[in-house]
Amino acid sequence: MNYVFEILPSLFSGAGMTLEIFFETLIFSLPLGVILSFGLNSRFKPLKWFLNVYVWLMRGTPLLLQLIFVFYGLPIIGLTFPRYMAAIVAFVLNYTAYFAEIFRGGNQAIDKGQIEAAKVLQLTYGQTLRKIVIPQVIKIVLPSIGNEVINLVKDSSLVYVIGLGDLLRAGNLATSRDVTLVPLVLVALIYLLLIGLCTVILRKLEKHYSYYR
Amino acid sequence: MLEVSNLAKSFGNRQILKNISFTLADGEILTVVGPSGAGKTTLLRIIAGLETADAGTMTLGGQTYQLSGEDRGAVGVVFQDFNLFPNLSVIDNITLAPQLALKKDKAEAEKEARELLGKLQMADKGNLYPYQLSGGQKQRVAIARALAMQPKMLCYDEPTSALDPALRDQVAELILSLKDSGLTQLIITHDMDFAKKVADQVLEVKPLEG
Ligand SMILES: Nc1ncnc2c1ncn2[C@@H]1O[C@H](COP(=O)(O)OP(=O)(O)OP(=O)(O)O)[C@@H](O)[C@H]1O
Ligand SMILES: [Mg+2]
Repeated sequence: MNYVFEILPSLFSGAGMTLEIFFETLIFSLPLGVILSFGLNSRFKPLKWFLNVYVWLMRGTPLLLQLIFVFYGLPIIGLTFPRYMAAIVAFVLNYTAYFAEIFRGGNQAIDKGQIEAAKVLQLTYGQTLRKIVIPQVIKIVLPSIGNEVINLVKDSSLVYVIGLGDLLRAGNLATSRDVTLVPLVLVALIYLLLIGLCTVILRKLEKHYSYYR
Repeated sequence: MLEVSNLAKSFGNRQILKNISFTLADGEILTVVGPSGAGKTTLLRIIAGLETADAGTMTLGGQTYQLSGEDRGAVGVVFQDFNLFPNLSVIDNITLAPQLALKKDKAEAEKEARELLGKLQMADKGNLYPYQLSGGQKQRVAIARALAMQPKMLCYDEPTSALDPALRDQVAELILSLKDSGLTQLIITHDMDFAKKVADQVLEVKPLEG
């Protein structure tokens, strides 16, 4: 028991890094995903083509490779990021692609009749987006966004390859130093707790949007 | 008064509508009939500003439109599948546009919406969501939503297609009572009895060759 309390501070500080990456990635990639989703539906072909290639690259290669590429690869051509920054760049690029795809699907699922109804009611494009399209898209995409959010909690552990001290790394260090399984079990418990929390929040959100069908 | 002259429309190289002209006095009802695919919905969409015409003009309430999809505030539409906003309650469906586009305050818009719902025997349905309504009730909400914008003219796309005979007669009565209040109405229908019951004029849209 004493041992548990001994290593908890280092695990918590690792969990802090995990959460930082988690929130910072979401803060950037969710809005960017929304913006790019419009580009993916754009009638301007070159933009659409470019974004499709981007999404293909991001979803078609492992996030681990992208992370290594940004931190170890790009310096070779003179583009050097500090560790944390490299992690955020890689995660934001990757998750933006997933979110953009999800929002694109959500936008397409909105019946065109909704937009026409808004038009004959003299709503502006902005008003239509705000009051009709966005609320309906959120309801549609929430389950898929939720999946990605939960993946992100776990994916954040990949940053250990570029030497960032996240939760997994903290546990791993303690395990190899003290030759015991306890830290890894604790790490698993902390991940489970974080994901349990995410799940509860996502359920609440889904419930909030279940007032209509 | 509504005046449409020489309206024409093609999709690609397929001509759908040609030389469509008619004049409706205020409060008159025009029914549009014709076989499936003849272009009735297309005509309605052009008049409502949802589709552009290749030629022709339209004058409504002293204003002339070139039928190029410009804003047509004065035309309300009751769509065939109603297109109610599923995320908004009945009251919010009706009051959204008056608040946003006509800048009415919420209380006033709601008062008017409740009056409209009362007239349509829907007084107790204001707080429901569209999924909780029957087809006929949805239609009346769609009518209330359009009327709340105080249009000069209201267009319906096949308002009786999903209704049983009793409800059909109710809609006919509703349409005639709106006529008494001076609203000009354009109604697409396949239902000849219904058309006869309400129409001042009938426009037959025929499929064009080729
Ligand atoms: N956006 C479009 N692009 C190409 N063709 C179209 C488009 N909209 C309609 N059409 C064609 O125009 C013709 C007329 O369609 P419209 O929907 O106006 O017919 P309608 O008279 O309302 O038929 P119905 O009684 O079945 O509702 C059809 O042949 C249809 O395929
Ligand atoms: Mg039609």
